[in-house]
Amino acid sequence: MAFESLSEKFQRILKKVRGQSRLTEANMDEMLKEVRIALLEADVNFKVVKEFVEQVKQKAIGAEVYTKLNPSQMVVKIVHDELTELLGSGESEIKYEKNKPTIIMLVGLQGTGKTTSAGKLANLMKKKLGKKVLLAAGDVYRPAAIDQLEQIGKQIDVPVFSMGTNVSPVEIAKKAKDKAYNDHFDVLILDTAGRLQIDELLMKELQDINASINPNEILLLVDAMSGQDAINVAKAFNSSLNLTGIIMSKLDGDARGGSALSIKHLTGVPIKFAGTGEKLTDLDVFHPDRMADRILGMGDVVTLVEKVQEEIDEKEARKDAELMMQGKFTLDDLLKQMKRIQKLGSLGGLLKLIPGMPKITDEQKEAGEKEMKNFEAIINSMTPYERENPEVLKNSRKVRIAKGSGKTNADINRLLKRYESMLEMMKKMQQYKKTGRMPPGMGFPPGSMM
Amino acid sequence: MGLFKFLKEKIAKKNVKETETYVSGMSKSRENFANKLDELSKRYKEVNQDYFEQLEEILIEADVGVSLTLRIIEEVIDESENSNIKDPKEINELVVDKMFVGYAEKGDIVNEIQFVNDGPTVLLVAGVNGVGKTTSIAKLAYRYLNKGKKVMLCAADTFRAGAVEQLTIWSERLKCPIVVGKPESDPASVAYEGAKQAKLQGIDLLIVDTAGRLQNKTNLMNELAKISRVISKEIPDAPHEAFLVIDATTGQNGVLQAKQFLDCIKLTGIVITKMDGTSKGGIILAIRDELGIPVRFIGLGEKMDDLEEFDLDKYLYGLCLAK
Repeated sequence: MAFESLSEKFQRILKKVRGQSRLTEANMDEMLKEVRIALLEADVNFKVVKEFVEQVKQKAIGAEVYTKLNPSQMVVKIVHDELTELLGSGESEIKYEKNKPTIIMLVGLQGTGKTTSAGKLANLMKKKLGKKVLLAAGDVYRPAAIDQLEQIGKQIDVPVFSMGTNVSPVEIAKKAKDKAYNDHFDVLILDTAGRLQIDELLMKELQDINASINPNEILLLVDAMSGQDAINVAKAFNSSLNLTGIIMSKLDGDARGGSALSIKHLTGVPIKFAGTGEKLTDLDVFHPDRMADRILGMGDVVTLVEKVQEEIDEKEARKDAELMMQGKFTLDDLLKQMKRIQKLGSLGGLLKLIPGMPKITDEQKEAGEKEMKNFEAIINSMTPYERENPEVLKNSRKVRIAKGSGKTNADINRLLKRYESMLEMMKKMQQYKKTGRMPPGMGFPPGSMM
Repeated sequence: MGLFKFLKEKIAKKNVKETETYVSGMSKSRENFANKLDELSKRYKEVNQDYFEQLEEILIEADVGVSLTLRIIEEVIDESENSNIKDPKEINELVVDKMFVGYAEKGDIVNEIQFVNDGPTVLLVAGVNGVGKTTSIAKLAYRYLNKGKKVMLCAADTFRAGAVEQLTIWSERLKCPIVVGKPESDPASVAYEGAKQAKLQGIDLLIVDTAGRLQNKTNLMNELAKISRVISKEIPDAPHEAFLVIDATTGQNGVLQAKQFLDCIKLTGIVITKMDGTSKGGIILAIRDELGIPVRFIGLGEKMDDLEEFDLDKYLYGLCLAK
């Protein structure tokens, strides 16, 4: 399979180098070859791969292998650290003006997600930072682009400045800036039309806009799916506009997004934001370590954990945890927890984030989701007393519940088994809390409810 | 006969105007690819390990993909050893030859939409976000309107803000009927209505636009499968054609895209867009290699008639040869 993950490949190579305590050119060669292929498959530019691998090699030769790691893990660690550092260096925050509007201009090829990202940025700044934001519709070429921005503005309750399609984008930008100043907006976000970097006329137009409104930030949209040519695009936009940052879009797809590395490496322009979904809340600050995992094909555990953290009400979660620790965890709590997990979106989407899980088929995923629904039906058919004291569930009660929920006795037993294994896990957690040592086999057993 | 000669002779017999569109549309892609091949062959008297490594670089930078590139290079090395070919120019021809043969030997391809004898022919258009589905649909509609077909558009992208408006503007410009649903209504119901109207109004070609969706989103892929199913309820055997639109800038993820969409609906071809940029679109070779799906049309510019039938000869000619 072409897209075997790097960790899987390393497993194979590992056998040959097990037990060696130092990294040498000889024992690293094969691993670096795999790193190289992994990077190329992630669409990292060929030249960047070459330089990067050489750089890693120089760093790694002679490095002592930490006692807890084997040589291949050591190489992965070095590669990962280097990648993270490279991706993350540079200013990644937006600097806001104090007494006048901060002006942000979005540019990029057609279809990279400028208009959507304009809406997401506006939403982020409004909701998280309490900024007063004005959106400006500068795409006069694509049919209905202005409509699109206006609809987005309505959804997030942010005003949209537009002058129709018969005005030059430079004029629109100037007037939008005037409005932002006159009406005391904190931020002005200007959407522009998509264009090819080789379209001289349209690139000149961007330079004119740049010269007339002098934005604080010029952000280039880069599609996570883009291939080897992304670097030529970024270079051209950077040389005519002096970009201040990159937004990677469509990172909710399964593309590995290697162009992020190429662009950062060859232009030095920092990556500032990541688009992670279709909803207008789906824009994140950029996390270099996660991007490194992703480019290497190592799964994205941190994103998973954070996604869970964000969606689950922290107080509720803490209450759960406390109940768990005290061993007072009822079926009701289990149901609540399941519902919260369901809120995170389909189980399938979550599982994709977990490394080592790609072998789960669609059928298995669907089965998992179906099981959640079964459990819910069963628990809903129980009395409050039964939910709090599942141990009373003997045969006659089970028959009644099975009838009420339309499920079988076996379904009910499966639920109870899950519940018990949850309790088992809690006991181990308590032990952990006391001794400070992680019990073996901790973590989510495959197929568990997490 | 070497392929270069073969291609040149074949091209000579083709419609000059069409070839010119390829040559001018792909001029930017070519500048990189062909010039690099050419420069490389001039720098070496005889090929060696180093030469092949640089060939590898050129192919990978065209997004042909790691595994296909490595295979092409391996085959070329084998053949050059067997036939004792050392001249860089000849080696380059061999590379193009391999690209051509690998694509062509997967079967015959008819580019034009295949119309059914009776009732409307339905074309379903799908793809990830931002590849140019709606614009390609407008261009396809224009193409078949010009061929005297009655074309109807169906705006089943009820999700993206402004999508319905965008297609409606096109229908007004093209003066062809359009079926739209209410905002955020079920796209399958809009598609169903489209199929019904197409039958009632004696339409030859119904083109169904769908929302962009990333192939790893199961719910959205299920939705697409449903759209396809619902159309077939109104018109059996429909959709007769299903095109996946792929952006020429797409990297290795393109193969995953094609694979997932193929699993979901019965894809009959690919439309590759934005070939007028600097991207080489090499991913179409990898997709053909792994999944066998052919490219049917190629978008070479922003004008209405810049959508051409895909022609492998012209693509490779435009990419590698024409000066």
